[in-house]
Amino acid sequence: MTTARSASKINNFVIKIATVNGTGSASANGLLMKALFRMGIPVTGKNMFPSNIQGLPTWYEIRASKDGYNARTGRIDVMIAMNAQTYRKDLAEVSPGGYLIYDSTWPREQQLQRQDVTVLGLPLAQLVNDNFAGARVRTLMKNIAYVGALCALMNIDRATVRKLLEETFAAKPKLAASNLQAIALGYDYASAHFDCPLPVQAQAMTATAGKVLIDGNTAAALGCLYAGATVGAWYPITPSTSLMDAFQGYCERYRKDPHSGENRFCIIQAEDELSAIGMAVGAGWAGARAFTPTSGPGISLMSEFIGFAYYTEIPIVLFDIQRVGPSTGMPTRTQQCDLMMAAYASHGDTRHPVLLPADPGECFTLAVQAFDLAERLQTPVFVLSDLDIGMNDWMVDELVWDDHYRPDRGKVLNDEDLADMDKFYRFMDSDGDGIAYRTLPGSDRKGSYFVRGSGHNQYGGYTEDATEYQQVVDRLTDKWQTACKLVPQAITHSSGSPNSIGVIAFGSSHGATTEAVERLSAEGCEVDYLRLRAFPFGAEVQAFLDQHQSVFVVEQNRDAQMRSLLLLELHVQQDKLIPILHYNGLPIPSDLISDRIKTHLQSEAVA
Amino acid sequence: MSFITKPKVSWSGQKKNALGMTLNDYEGGLSTLCAGCGHDSITAALVQAFWELALKPEQVIKLSGIGCSSKTPAYFLSGAHGFNSVHGRMPSVATGAQAARRDLIAVGISGDGDSLSIGFGQFAHAIRRNLNVLYIIENNGVYGLTKGQFSASADPGSSNKKGAKNLNQAINPVAIAITLGGSFAARSFSGDKQQLVPLLKAGLMHPGCAVIDVISPCVTFNDHVGSTKSYAWTRDHLHASSAADFVPPATEIIVDYAAGETTNVELHDGSTIRLKKLDPEFDPSSRSRTLEYLEARRADNEIVTGLLYIDAEMPSFHDIAGTAQQPLTTFDFDQLNPGAEALQQLQKNMR
Ligand SMILES: Cc1ncc(C[n+]2csc(CCOP(=O)(O)OP(=O)(O)O)c2C)c(N)n1
Ligand code: SF4
Ligand SMILES: [Mg+2]
Repeated sequence: MTTARSASKINNFVIKIATVNGTGSASANGLLMKALFRMGIPVTGKNMFPSNIQGLPTWYEIRASKDGYNARTGRIDVMIAMNAQTYRKDLAEVSPGGYLIYDSTWPREQQLQRQDVTVLGLPLAQLVNDNFAGARVRTLMKNIAYVGALCALMNIDRATVRKLLEETFAAKPKLAASNLQAIALGYDYASAHFDCPLPVQAQAMTATAGKVLIDGNTAAALGCLYAGATVGAWYPITPSTSLMDAFQGYCERYRKDPHSGENRFCIIQAEDELSAIGMAVGAGWAGARAFTPTSGPGISLMSEFIGFAYYTEIPIVLFDIQRVGPSTGMPTRTQQCDLMMAAYASHGDTRHPVLLPADPGECFTLAVQAFDLAERLQTPVFVLSDLDIGMNDWMVDELVWDDHYRPDRGKVLNDEDLADMDKFYRFMDSDGDGIAYRTLPGSDRKGSYFVRGSGHNQYGGYTEDATEYQQVVDRLTDKWQTACKLVPQAITHSSGSPNSIGVIAFGSSHGATTEAVERLSAEGCEVDYLRLRAFPFGAEVQAFLDQHQSVFVVEQNRDAQMRSLLLLELHVQQDKLIPILHYNGLPIPSDLISDRIKTHLQSEAVA
Repeated sequence: MSFITKPKVSWSGQKKNALGMTLNDYEGGLSTLCAGCGHDSITAALVQAFWELALKPEQVIKLSGIGCSSKTPAYFLSGAHGFNSVHGRMPSVATGAQAARRDLIAVGISGDGDSLSIGFGQFAHAIRRNLNVLYIIENNGVYGLTKGQFSASADPGSSNKKGAKNLNQAINPVAIAITLGGSFAARSFSGDKQQLVPLLKAGLMHPGCAVIDVISPCVTFNDHVGSTKSYAWTRDHLHASSAADFVPPATEIIVDYAAGETTNVELHDGSTIRLKKLDPEFDPSSRSRTLEYLEARRADNEIVTGLLYIDAEMPSFHDIAGTAQQPLTTFDFDQLNPGAEALQQLQKNMR
């Protein structure tokens, strides 16, 4: 831990809350985070929860960063250790000089002491039991009480907390009152017994204007809503479920006919993922904007249909909210482990555009773009998010919408177009961009054609003829070239000085990488950074590889999948790409990246 | 091959329907199935049904899974959009297409392998959702396209071409449909146009999932030989030759028998099955009575045909989903997109 990193603790700290799931701590943690946000302090929350409904340990990390960094770091400044089960581990995790707050109603093991950590005991259960009746209320209020204590200890604005509670319980004033009482209990006890505030503290600033706190699944759902998606099919799976829940909620609100109450959407909970994607494919074929949200195991099941839609050229959008694999893995932990699978999903020669949002803001914009690309390219398009982006609250710029936007429905012929044509051939490339024209079911019989996953020729007929077959699959590679030009480009942050070291990252590794790169720069080690936003890679990615002698590839999987993809798809020497990998299920910390880069460069300098 | 377009012979005097269209106008590409295959008879009955109902081809979507049976949507209604999906997954594609275009009439063609094994889940859930589709199972007791393995509808005790006996129980799709709460369950025989055409028409008009199990003999691999059934010389003959490249020329099996009667049908291998056509008086409104009746007839080795169960009032997929009457694909973008202002508003509680 360098001193530079832990300099000022004002608006620059990490609080970690250790509780038991099912005890209602989520709302207390959300309250805490929002209070900091309302104080104008950039903040991010990371939920580390078990794949279980009740009774297992769960943690929540809140990082306040005046500089706007949103990644995890290797640091814990304040630990709220509410779970006796994990106390030992939680204490061990606190950074030197940090604080640990625990419920002193019951004594803790005395031998568990650390000289370099200040331990503060508050009799939270006692306070709550003395003031509230009923086991359920007491459990909930104990959580709110630690928020109250933190208000005193960390200078979190109590008026802001009060306002938030009043907003939340606007319809239930009684609940607001008891929550406020719990806040006061914690606050008063802490004020009376400790020297408040601690050096680790919040101070109002103005860095959150124009920002919102939103999770990626909600943002992606809004993207689907705004893109005009009408058919969504899914099978429940963590961590993608909340995407469809959010879509359903927004549709209920914005897509019901004001008079008849009819739905301008159709959401289908399928019997499994094989069916969910079949439904999306059927709807995409019929001309609806259709999508299916899932996670890795779902993509495995969907693979047959993904290849089918690729070969029959049907637009659909798949959201893969990645979780830890292989197999069931750790369903509530994060990874970037489905990249390879998404890029080449299904048997035979198949490739799919994959969009790589780095935060909830991009989940929104790239979701919209995914529908445009799917219809323009007539092919399945992936949006590869992950649990960290999808289920955690991130601070991002407020989502904005341009009312001039019109969906790109791609090359679709209507009946008038058909009337002007001699004959319609479904798979013929008349524009030279690899994309053929399609017609939709219900259109004039002149435009009817037969979709088949078996060999077909450019006229849409069945074929087993070598030349005819090859002509169609070769055109699909032409279409891939078009895709290269249409997908979102990578973004390069150049250090400004001529530089031989590059870093590549994507998706949820972006925040940590940005912080690492800036930290290195502050320490005098300049690197250029390229953030990938899509597969296939554009020419700018090749150029970046060409321009640098060594390129670190940061990703959250064991097997360096992005590195492999770069090696497969571009011209680059294998040893030029140095993997930086993190795959234990927790979001990648920024320290890990800067430390690895430094260590590598130092060892190179020595060698 | 299925892209071969059939020469459309028209001659004056051909009968026209209410749209002024002839039967030929409802046909599709040339069938590539074995001569005499029951599936082709079903195709012909479908053409007849569409023609009689005077449906516009573009009002229809035809979908299927994989199998000989699933190839048939290419052989009728060339003016309709068709969809040959993946094995066992026709129902999901039909569901999505219906969700998008509820104004189109969906006809799904499947096989006993397609629906009762790999696609059993999707078959069940299409019924459970009461999806608006005419769901035809062209049931031959075998996997035709992969050359004669038993399907899940093969009767226990029947043997395949290699003489191996099937010892597993048979799945009965109509009993399944009824048990799962289906709103329309019927059975027929491919060669019984008299019965099949009206059933298909009823199924096309039914507001929900109309399951029709059509017994459809496979000329090449089906061999429903049970204790009561005879072996013909063709069987030995087939053994002697290469099963892969010799398909004995056969003709379509046609039956014609009255309601309430039973008839023995001799299949291509010489074996027989016994069909029992429902009495005109049969009341298809009771699940339990139908199931009991099916069971009793089965004990006598009779396969009951006809409309076995119907409830036209049952809420369909769209009723349950509350889908707008207007097809979802036809809404203006403005009717789907809440606009910039709303986006701003809804983010108020995100800070
Ligand atoms: C995933 C998958 N597995 C296996 C197959 C091979 N296959 C093709 S058709 C078929 C069986 C079809 O049987 P049925 O549905 O009864 O149709 P029939 O040919 O008898 O009309 C099988 C197993 C396939 N196409 N896809
Ligand atoms: S193998 Fe059987 S089911 Fe397939 S086409 Fe030939 S007769 Fe029909
Ligand atoms: Mg079969």
